[in-house]
Amino acid sequence: MRITQGTFSFLPDLTDEQIARQVQYGLDNGWPISLEFTSDAHPRNAYWEMFGLPMFDVRDASAVMREVRRARETHPNAYVKLNAYDARYGRQTTALSFIVARPAEEPALHLERQEAHDRVQRYSILRDAD
Amino acid sequence: MTTLLESPSERGRYDAGVAPYAEMGYYDAGYEPKSSDVLCAFRITPQEGVDPIEAAAAVAGESSTATWTVVWTDRLTAHERYQAKAYRVDPIPGAAGQYMAYIAYDIDLFEEGSIANLTSSIIGNVFGFKALKALRLEDMRIPTQYIKTFQGPAHGIVMEREYLNKFGRPLLGATVKPKLGLSARNYGRVVYEALRGGLDFTKDDENINSQPFMRWRDRFLFCMEAVKRAEAASGEIKGHYLNVTAADMESMYERAEFAKELGSIVVMIDLTIGYTAMQSMAKWARRNGVLLHLHRAGHSTYTRQKTHGVSFRVIAKWCRLIGVDHVHAGTVVGKLEGDPRTTAGYYDTLRENVIPLNPGNGIYFEQEWASMPGVMPVASGGIHAGQMHQLLDLFGDDVVLQFGGGTIGHPDGIAEGATANRVALEAMVLARNEGRDYLSEGPEILADAAKSCRPLARALDLWRDISFNYESTDTPDAVATPSY
Repeated sequence: MRITQGTFSFLPDLTDEQIARQVQYGLDNGWPISLEFTSDAHPRNAYWEMFGLPMFDVRDASAVMREVRRARETHPNAYVKLNAYDARYGRQTTALSFIVARPAEEPALHLERQEAHDRVQRYSILRDAD
Repeated sequence: MTTLLESPSERGRYDAGVAPYAEMGYYDAGYEPKSSDVLCAFRITPQEGVDPIEAAAAVAGESSTATWTVVWTDRLTAHERYQAKAYRVDPIPGAAGQYMAYIAYDIDLFEEGSIANLTSSIIGNVFGFKALKALRLEDMRIPTQYIKTFQGPAHGIVMEREYLNKFGRPLLGATVKPKLGLSARNYGRVVYEALRGGLDFTKDDENINSQPFMRWRDRFLFCMEAVKRAEAASGEIKGHYLNVTAADMESMYERAEFAKELGSIVVMIDLTIGYTAMQSMAKWARRNGVLLHLHRAGHSTYTRQKTHGVSFRVIAKWCRLIGVDHVHAGTVVGKLEGDPRTTAGYYDTLRENVIPLNPGNGIYFEQEWASMPGVMPVASGGIHAGQMHQLLDLFGDDVVLQFGGGTIGHPDGIAEGATANRVALEAMVLARNEGRDYLSEGPEILADAAKSCRPLARALDLWRDISFNYESTDTPDAVATPSY
């Protein structure tokens, strides 16, 4: 299954040129870029592994793209996402986030139900691999 | 009956009888508002022959300490402090017989953290005042000292995005249609299809509560099955606004607790439940970590007509203080009332931390929110994928775009309708971020995206010529109104 987290998951996978333009947009806004990776794209997994620290002082989109390629090569069967962070007062949160690499075969998720009282179901979302 | 008298010059302030409000201290052209005062801008339309300054003073009086005649018991109080003061009265350009009256209220007049008390004072009695033909509360400056006595949004925009893990694009929603008559099982089907197709949220309509064709508990069970199935199918966090509006607080708490037990991330209330009930539900939502969606049901009865009632920008401020996470704030391009500049003023009021004076957008006072989180505005009613460039341009990222008919009415199915909207949105955000002139190139950007997305091609084809281009009723006075 295709996980559709991240901003551009409903479009055909972005080319590196397209990704670089999004990076440039982030840098133009003063948003440092960071990369994260994981094999567990569960919707509640808030903490993917950090691929290094946020690139606070990198102003050059091509330098960011080198890191994107390095992350993909280092973790060839992982999800990699690219975040742009807005540290301004009033935001202090992620401004843009999208997936830039996926495993060749994405593990599916399924729903487990536990019967509770009065027709209530307790739901858990699990990976098929688990 | 209140009469507005000429003042006999020999009258003393406390002589028994009826005195003009302006002379009793309710008008003071030299008054300099304190930073802690609540300030109001009222549009007043005095009856024939009534002096506008006296009319403004009467509004100040009747919304604060005055009654229709002099009372000696005023002298037992420091009444100068408690008297509201009209300090400026301007004729409104292009609107003969209408005036903007600016009135200052001392913060001591209001109970801390109570919208019920604030509104009982400021709009409590005065709207029925016979000396006025019409009255409208256009804007209100809430001092930060008073803001700090309110909870504010249960979560706010930033927290909601972090919770949903959705950044850098508007959120997408749809209201389940038909709004009345579906059985619970059929209703849940619409929720499932729309969410798995790509929407972030689906929504109960304002009048879906617990009717004979679908009781609330059955709806909640089927909807949560649908939400959880869609989460597993997409890997995304999804929500359905379960409307917990009911006849009494006990029932609302019962429904909200059940929604929480089933794992719903969001519940919904209607404006019709009243300010106090809204504040109670906002406290509940904060305490329980559940987002709170507000439908502004009923607001047009008092917000729409330009000379009467309370502007929605004031209601929006109250909603932010009350503490909802979402509120419907207009679409401009959709089927419901909404002049572009006036609507921009509502969005600023809900989202920004400091809103500068901007009469062109209907903002009559600078408003500072003292870091109170923003409310996510919701644009809902008669919008479709073909308008995506306009919607993104009008509202930016922090908005929920709700395509009800524009999702469920898709000829190929509900999931296809949802996919069309999501693809249109992501394509437009991509183009905007690339620096393209997406507003003018919007139709080409959508057509390009539709080449690899048949549902979008079908949607664009079906709704190509749909627009709701009527003149707005509620418009700012300072500038001409563009139309869409």
